Amino acid sequence: MTLMQKMLGGATVLAMTATAALAEPALMYDMGGKFDKSFNEAAYNGAKRWAEETGGSYREIEVTAEAQRVQFATRLAEAGFNPIVVLGFANAATVEEVAPKYPDTKFAIIDVNWLDIENLRQISFAEHEGSYLVGMLAAMASDSGTVGFIGGMDIPLIRHFACGYAQGAKAVNPDIKVVANMTGTTPAAWNDPVKGGELTRAQVSQGADVVYAAAGGTGVGVLQAAADANILSIGVDSNQNHLHPGKVLTSMLKRVDNAVFDVFSKGTEGFEAGITVMGLENDGVGYALDENNAPLVSDDMKMAVDKAREDIIAGNISVASYYENDSCPALEF
Amino acid sequence: MDFLTLLQILDTTVRLATPLLFACLAGLYSERAGIFDIGLEGKMLAAAFFSAAIASVSGSVWIGLLAGIGASLALSIVHGLASITFRGNQLISGVAINFLASGLTVLIAQDWFQQGGRTPSLGSEARFNEIELPFVDAFANIPWFGLIYSELISGHSILVYVALLAVPLTWYILFRTRFGLRLRAVGENPAAVDTAGISVIWLRYLAVAICGILCGLAGAYLATSLQAGFVREMSSGRGFIALAALIFAKWRPWYALFSCLLFGFFQALSFRPDVVKAVTQVEIPGQLLDALPYILTVVILAGFVGKAIPPRAGGEPYVKER
Repeated sequence: MTLMQKMLGGATVLAMTATAALAEPALMYDMGGKFDKSFNEAAYNGAKRWAEETGGSYREIEVTAEAQRVQFATRLAEAGFNPIVVLGFANAATVEEVAPKYPDTKFAIIDVNWLDIENLRQISFAEHEGSYLVGMLAAMASDSGTVGFIGGMDIPLIRHFACGYAQGAKAVNPDIKVVANMTGTTPAAWNDPVKGGELTRAQVSQGADVVYAAAGGTGVGVLQAAADANILSIGVDSNQNHLHPGKVLTSMLKRVDNAVFDVFSKGTEGFEAGITVMGLENDGVGYALDENNAPLVSDDMKMAVDKAREDIIAGNISVASYYENDSCPALEF
Repeated sequence: MDFLTLLQILDTTVRLATPLLFACLAGLYSERAGIFDIGLEGKMLAAAFFSAAIASVSGSVWIGLLAGIGASLALSIVHGLASITFRGNQLISGVAINFLASGLTVLIAQDWFQQGGRTPSLGSEARFNEIELPFVDAFANIPWFGLIYSELISGHSILVYVALLAVPLTWYILFRTRFGLRLRAVGENPAAVDTAGISVIWLRYLAVAICGILCGLAGAYLATSLQAGFVREMSSGRGFIALAALIFAKWRPWYALFSCLLFGFFQALSFRPDVVKAVTQVEIPGQLLDALPYILTVVILAGFVGKAIPPRAGGEPYVKER
């Protein structure tokens, strides 16, 4: 019996050191789910790319209820995963609670840039700049002079998207009408395609002929309803052009995949705490162009947008951020 | 606000009221027979998943619809077993069905399609498409009516018309047939029905099965007509709004149509804040419009506007002898 106990004990110690020595990275998705074809899926693609290129493996976990946030993050840290990438602004409080308890574990969080924790890297995106570019494309593709925006949950981040979009549209056509709606005020708003679809139809009846969805899983319904109504839509975060080829004007790319890939490849050795902003200049945001939307984006449109991109990087155009004074010069909410 | 805008809002109202109406009538049959059913939401969700999944696999929306109804029926039978045969608590059984559907759909979807608990997007073959009613062109020149006909009456999926037809049908069945009389009696005074030599158990099972079929139609409408596929929790509380509508309608079919249309109208309005503002001159938050169905139901229940009296034997399992 004692021999058995010793052996078992030895095995446990071995198993524990094995986990610790490997220090696999881990990824925690936000609500909306891994396959939301948008924000979370972009992160998944980055992690998958890292696994394919390095042959490494990682752990991933999906949050499906508010109460799981802290629980899951703690579990990952407890199991010795390192670094741990946490997705979404809603997890700011989670990281605030868990990260200080595990000072040796490196954490990274996407969409947050206001925390002050030593072992945390915060990565935020200049969504307003990317949205500005797709706003220009929307205004150039619109015949009716009305473009739409459908957000998920009504939070500053989504208003930030809407604000950049409206500024871009107005840069092309100062008289353009931008109709903006939010799906809801609870996290369920990231996952209500039926409501997203109806909002799209409501915007179509207000004359919108290009609709930009920044709404996670709800966006699937927006793109579907837009394709049904035979108008153009704009995807978000991941490249969603393939969902309805020829009906999706473009997608505002938010390279969450690059961010996750970067944190994973640097591992624990090259980990740098602090705040990273991914913007146009380091390809953190952009717009998608592929064979599915090539016929929709003319050379003139492409030239105009690429010029604006250069101008924003050079500082000739400044896109106002919603965060600066919680209001938008181009759009009222 | 012009006439066309009003029609568009009413058009949205009809689309959004349809799943509520199906679920509301489903609850009506069940509760009129004395079986409370708060599992409408879960049955709708299960039907939404199975109709989308089978439609996507088979490529036929009709087979999908049958599968959706089948799934909803299966859950109904579970509810029936628990609350009729085993005389369990009907509310608890309903809650259990909601949880079961919420978890099972995602689990099966993930195992089946590996797309994170959703089904693949459905092509037009696997969906109920909008149908154009005849004479749209012929009526086009008639002022007012031509516009109403083409914008509001025509151009919905077939399930919308089925839902609207289900209202007079339900009224006829409940108030003009022998079966309907017995069904209502079993919800008011099952002992009297039993004395007349009619099986209470059988009648209640029938009511619960009809409830399952109607919930199946509601779920299929969500996943294969309004949307093109299933996503997690896509019924998002519509089963509960339908329950509120049922109380608001005081368990009557025509009132149910009216209350579902009213609740659909509130939802449609919350999508058009610009119109609301233009008409009322004040900013009304969309959340308030979303909450209005519940507020109205509370007002009705509190007895401010008429009185809502549920079927007398509702919620109580029937015991033949004591």
